[in-house]
Amino acid sequence: MEKTATSTTPTEKSDVGNGTADAVYATPNATTPGQPVVFDEAICTGCDICVYVCLEDVFIPNPVKGKPPLILFPEECWYCGPCVEDCPHEGAIRINHPLQQRVRWKRKSSGEHFRV
Amino acid sequence: MTMFHDKGRIHNWPYTVRYGNEQRVETDVLVLGGGIAGVWAAIAAARCGARVVIMEKAATVRSGAGGAGVDHWQWAADNPASGVSPEDLTEALIENQGGYRNGISTYIQCASAYETLVEMERMGGKVRDTDGEFRGAEFRDDASKLLFAYDYTNRFVIRVWGADYKPLLRKACKRLGVRILDRTAATGLLTSGGQHGGRVVGATGVNCRTGAFVVVKAAAVILATSRPQRIWTFSSELRGLSTFRPPSDAGNGYAMAWRIGAKLTMMEKSMRSAFGSAYSFPAYGSGNAINTWYPCNIIDANGKAVPWVDCNGRLLESVSERCRPAEGQKFFIMGGGSSSLPHPGLKQYLGPKPIPDLEQRMLRGEFSPPFYADLTSMPDSERRVIWGLMVGNEGKTRIPVMKTYMQSGFDPDKDMLQTYDFLRGSGMREPVVPQERTFGESGVCGGLLVDWDLMSNVPGLFGAGDLVFGGQDHSHAAATGRYAGARAALFARRQAAGELCAEQIAREKQRVYAPLAKQGARSLDWKELNAGIARVMQNYCSEPKNDELLRLAQDWLMDIEENEAPLAAADNPHKLMRTLDVLDILTCAKIITEACLARHASSTHLHFNRIDFPSLDPPEWHKWITLRKGSRGTEIDDMPIAFWGGLERNYRPRHRENLEAMGKK
Ligand SMILES: Cc1cc2nc3c(=O)[nH]c(=O)nc-3n(C[C@H](O)[C@H](O)[C@H](O)COP(=O)(O)OP(=O)(O)OC[C@H]3O[C@@H](n4cnc5c(N)ncnc54)[C@H](O)[C@@H]3O)c2cc1C
Ligand code: SF4
Ligand code: SF4
Repeated sequence: MEKTATSTTPTEKSDVGNGTADAVYATPNATTPGQPVVFDEAICTGCDICVYVCLEDVFIPNPVKGKPPLILFPEECWYCGPCVEDCPHEGAIRINHPLQQRVRWKRKSSGEHFRV
Repeated sequence: MTMFHDKGRIHNWPYTVRYGNEQRVETDVLVLGGGIAGVWAAIAAARCGARVVIMEKAATVRSGAGGAGVDHWQWAADNPASGVSPEDLTEALIENQGGYRNGISTYIQCASAYETLVEMERMGGKVRDTDGEFRGAEFRDDASKLLFAYDYTNRFVIRVWGADYKPLLRKACKRLGVRILDRTAATGLLTSGGQHGGRVVGATGVNCRTGAFVVVKAAAVILATSRPQRIWTFSSELRGLSTFRPPSDAGNGYAMAWRIGAKLTMMEKSMRSAFGSAYSFPAYGSGNAINTWYPCNIIDANGKAVPWVDCNGRLLESVSERCRPAEGQKFFIMGGGSSSLPHPGLKQYLGPKPIPDLEQRMLRGEFSPPFYADLTSMPDSERRVIWGLMVGNEGKTRIPVMKTYMQSGFDPDKDMLQTYDFLRGSGMREPVVPQERTFGESGVCGGLLVDWDLMSNVPGLFGAGDLVFGGQDHSHAAATGRYAGARAALFARRQAAGELCAEQIAREKQRVYAPLAKQGARSLDWKELNAGIARVMQNYCSEPKNDELLRLAQDWLMDIEENEAPLAAADNPHKLMRTLDVLDILTCAKIITEACLARHASSTHLHFNRIDFPSLDPPEWHKWITLRKGSRGTEIDDMPIAFWGGLERNYRPRHRENLEAMGKK
């Protein structure tokens, strides 16, 4: 069950350059880090095993059956990984470290730098 | 899109809400917290023939600090290859903390960690290098096929494949008929006739998805809810809730025990935090020379190796020497960090580490930052055991570090991982400010005072794991959980169930649901409440301390309790759980402040600096301070340092009785 937060529903196609756009909603700022995991909608079956195992109850099941869970409490994620480890479909979900948590490494032979 | 704030649409709460709805359960042994200690306690109690219920805030399959894994099975002095006896290791661990470490739980760990691990193996856990992956490695004992860490001569820390242990333990609980109430946060303990300090007869809980109320009647209750966090540091914007242990570990057990009159001890100890900081990196996910990464080579930006030294300051030539005791040293306890943090560990137990004056030498131009952990130059078996067994099984590393980094292209055979801990030349990340403190995210910290049955002063209330002012280790939680489970089952067998008090339950129900009613003109979110408490502690209960500061902390916390805490509002069952957590964090902060006021001397080992009592560790203050909530205010008392008496003498008969009782099923 979904309901809209405002009385208007998006109907018009976006055309920002011409002064018109999708309906604009009154949303608060998102919490950060805002997306502890990323789902691949093409692989995820919406089985909700990750919702079951999560240590912090970060997700809720998607109201649309078969769709990936919704991330409801992103800032409570502990970045522990069981949601990924126990997912039966490889690639359906992966950890998305916050930008300020990305580490770097150096290839010894070439001196090239890489990062997460 | 999979976010809640998808184009302004909000969703209905997905679970049926049943605020106030009451579920009644009856059992012999009730375990609060289904983390590592909790599941081991449940298994042991069930083996003794008791009916067992676990109440767990998250989902038992992975919950707790060790749910995602473990790689070091600490202090297993009872393993067949150990060069140190349980007695000697226990005494060393206690001495290394200046006496301030629970000798009872530490001895249980040192004397039965391996025995407990063998049970883990029977439940399907991988414990030995049976396929010979590390054949020929210095850290492998060929007779037992066990792999060791740190001190390869004395061999009492075992490297294990622990990432799958928790689901296996849950399966064992199910097999033994343990009833598991997941997503149920314990909120309060119930006493016989509702009497303060009276025998424990059960506990209440609230479902974090439906909001339903649960009342469990039990003959014995085991607290296994770990330690409080977020007392000094709170940020929800940098890295989750920025806790080292899972955010669900919020110290509820301390607050619940306090409310019914149980004694707590060592609550005055807190430390500068290297781990719980919002500014730290994924745990064990940056280059390092400690813990999981011990004894990794560290090199500077030009490839120059950082030398290692032993406790005598002697330069060590080889990687192998980093895993051997120094001349004149019988054995060593861990090692690695070249931290300049105040660390009172004794020299005779200090392990090898990178040179402690690296920072000065870097500033003189001898080394050039940034530094890297260089696995590529490590001996083959050491590289494979670090980036493989260890990073693959340490809690929170298999997926967030190993899998995620390798998907981004990291190759341990070719790449060097940057270290941020060494950016300032120190092997351990230092807090940005001293106020960045922790009570129990890591290290030995205060907790529930227990006796040789792991029972508190309140009859029927047992404790295990991180909350019994001893170890902070997985094997400590497992061994004490198992021991407490058996003791509680035996207690339950001998005592008839007590009587619940309807009035006590009604009062608790009112307390639990109060935040739902606060939707008035002014309300407060749990996060702001947590941040406010943390600020008080940073300012007035940090470094240094004196009477004036601590009294200000008390006044402020009292103010918050009277004025802001009642405004805390929740609009769904999940936020209700988080709000109740913060109210317990407030209780813990108050207990900590009282404990700090009660100790009239400074102490290195307690990281306790009272400028109005500067004398350091004077003999007359070498004792435990205990606190309990009495019927007329806080009662403060003390206990002699080694109050537990003879280790072996007290342990052996109980241990034998436990084994006999567990053999029944
Ligand atoms: C990243 C990381 C790596 C680690 N690696 C190692 C290692 O390699 N070796 C080692 O020895 N130790 C390690 N540790 C420490 C080890 O995991 C802990 O010491 C151990 O898990 C403590 O067990 P416990 O049962 O006391 O607490 P936990 O395992 O944390 O369990 C507490 C449980 O109580 C639940 N709970 C909390 N409040 C409530 C409530 N009100 N009602 C119901 N349930 C509640 C929690 O959800 C949790 O499941 C590591 C810790 C971390 C964080
Ligand atoms: S991510 Fe995996 S576990 Fe989660 S719903 Fe999708 S398929 Fe299931
Ligand atoms: S990483 Fe851990 S806390 Fe975060 S969503 Fe996954 S299971 Fe939950």
